[in-house]
Amino acid sequence: MLRFILTRVSLIIPTFIGITLLTFFLIRLVPGDPIETMAGERGIDPARHELLRKEYGFDRPILVQYGIYIARVLQGDLSKSVITQAPVLDEFLALFPATIELAVCAILFALVIGLPAGILAAVRRNSIFDHGVMGISLAGYSMPIFWWGLILILLFSVQFDLTPVSGRIDVLYYIEPVTGFLLIDSLFFSEDEGAFRSALAHLILPTIVLGTVPLAVIARMTRSAMLEVLGEDYIRTAKAKGLSRFRIIALHALRNALIPVVTVIGLQVGVLFTGAILTETIFSWPGVGKWLIEAIFRRDYPVLQGGVLLLGIVVMTVNLLVDLAYGLINPRIRHTR
Amino acid sequence: MALVEIENLSVEFPTQGGIMRAVDGVSLRLEEGEVLGVVGESGSGKSVTMLALMGLIPFPGRVRADKLSFNGRDLLTISDKDRRKLTGKDVAMIFQEPTTSLNPSFTVGFQLTETLRLHEGMDRKAAERRAVELLGQVGIPSPESRLSAYPHQLSGGMNQRVMIAMAIACNPKLLIADEPTTALDVTIQAQILDLLMTLQKERRMGLVMITHNMGVVADTAKRVMVMYAGQIMEERSADDLFASPQHPYTAALLAALPERSEGGRLATIPGVVPGLYDRPKGCLFSPRCAYATEHSRHVRPDLRPWAGGHIRCHYPLGDPNRNAEIQHDHPVGTEAAS
Ligand SMILES: Nc1ncnc2c1ncn2[C@@H]1O[C@H](COP(=O)(O)OP(=O)(O)OP(=O)(O)O)[C@@H](O)[C@H]1O
Ligand code: SF4
Ligand SMILES: [Mg+2]
Repeated sequence: MLRFILTRVSLIIPTFIGITLLTFFLIRLVPGDPIETMAGERGIDPARHELLRKEYGFDRPILVQYGIYIARVLQGDLSKSVITQAPVLDEFLALFPATIELAVCAILFALVIGLPAGILAAVRRNSIFDHGVMGISLAGYSMPIFWWGLILILLFSVQFDLTPVSGRIDVLYYIEPVTGFLLIDSLFFSEDEGAFRSALAHLILPTIVLGTVPLAVIARMTRSAMLEVLGEDYIRTAKAKGLSRFRIIALHALRNALIPVVTVIGLQVGVLFTGAILTETIFSWPGVGKWLIEAIFRRDYPVLQGGVLLLGIVVMTVNLLVDLAYGLINPRIRHTR
Repeated sequence: MALVEIENLSVEFPTQGGIMRAVDGVSLRLEEGEVLGVVGESGSGKSVTMLALMGLIPFPGRVRADKLSFNGRDLLTISDKDRRKLTGKDVAMIFQEPTTSLNPSFTVGFQLTETLRLHEGMDRKAAERRAVELLGQVGIPSPESRLSAYPHQLSGGMNQRVMIAMAIACNPKLLIADEPTTALDVTIQAQILDLLMTLQKERRMGLVMITHNMGVVADTAKRVMVMYAGQIMEERSADDLFASPQHPYTAALLAALPERSEGGRLATIPGVVPGLYDRPKGCLFSPRCAYATEHSRHVRPDLRPWAGGHIRCHYPLGDPNRNAEIQHDHPVGTEAAS
């Protein structure tokens, strides 16, 4: 297990270098002078232009520039937003809880529905339920997020007026951020009764939209892993022991079927953040996804560069944690040196 | 009252190509404490017969029988719940591949105590104490420390001992061993067989030893059932069967034993077990039988009492009128024709 952990952790280094290279060149791939590009239609006077060139180090050789960039990143300096002049890291940290809140809800939604659906589909293989689950999940998997989000808004917000269209909470409420997670803050730190309900209502549609693809993937993966496991010799042994059907499925089979499913969940984290960018834009969800899209429109390259780097690091870390969890639930890995 | 009574059991699997009859009209009685050997080539229905007794035929298999009872209980009408109280307790089974038959995600101790807690209602502590005892009884060294081991940390032989410990945990009246040694090294094979026979004698449990190895049967069983293509071909006491096989198929299996074949060459029976499409109309063994006649090709012989047991052949080897009858019925097999 120790060797397994060390191998996984050491993989971080090349991944990190990859992400920094990507974000470093991101800003330099833009044709023309980056400072003029950033200034865009706002225009810029030559003296300030020269100053900024120095500040961003565009006058140095490219390798030196990269070295400086890495050194600054390692010190947590991700430079400042061109528009707000606030440090990128601060802006990210202020917005990130909103994105995490949405992502966690989406993955929970996907798990709570996807796992049981996949298990039942495998147990009732070839039944109407099985075909239904597989059909719906195929549709969910190929659903364009933008279109899906608009359909849900039209149906539930416009037609039936059941859910709010945008934002995290009704403007009536002001919640002082304590943890940054509105569900928690409104439930435990707010006097207002309605605040929690409002926060919850605002989460429903974005959660469904963002959770749909992971839900489909998890359901399909769970089903196929369960089908494979249910045909194993040790399931026959469990039956020969006289165990109940529930115990065989929920314990003996599921424990083994979860091993590949956990890997897939890990891979979904990357998909989740990509999806969050679109979902947050559709629902005006004030998270890092919407922030990044706005940075593109405002040509706020430092924000874009820093934001992508930070998101990359987050995805990398989550994948590492999932890998380690995989090692924990798989005794064949846990017990090798 | 016999421990096991099976009458006219058949098991069918619907497949794309039609209905596969894996077991065809098997009848069988087993007394308490009796050791029965079941032999036959691969695909002859040995496992499926015993899985039917255990109630473990996988969907969409169909089980039919005139009678299927264990220890006086009718297994054809028993509820699932009552059946689960029997399986793993009064009747237990061990399988060919010990390593894949144990769950890779749970410790040996968990898998062993699970049975004890379910059937004997023991608490965790008591079950663990009993598990250590059982592991000791099946010859596993330092049993306490093995409780926390996972199957992949043990050898195949050790895993089979764990399977045996699990099977005998609740003192079953019947143990079914489905080729328990096939996947193991030769030296380990002998040890496992010894262990099974010792446990059988100590506990006087019924034992069904499934194997395709006549040698294993000779070492263990009092009575032998020879199966072919889902049917019983011959069923007699082990001594009689080895001294004077009555069915041409039994004789061919015995001739295939290394120590019996002449000139050190391993004799094999030419041809293969009939499958779904090439199931003969008459005697199922007739395409491969050296003594087949026109009659045996068209009329399927019944299982009938013969020489202290049962046999399914028109011309038993010990029948004095055999040659005359074969000649009369138009011989087509190689031996009979010559
Ligand atoms: N689940 C199943 N579905 C379809 N056919 C099956 C199934 N299980 C067994 N059979 C068929 O039933 C026949 C008898 O199988 P069985 O496993 O009883 O043979 P066996 O005598 O135990 O052979 P072996 O020595 O290889 O274990 C085989 O032809 C097999 O293909
Ligand atoms: S009935 Fe005929 S073909 Fe069948 S085993 Fe006997 S001799 Fe052979
Ligand atoms: Mg078998």
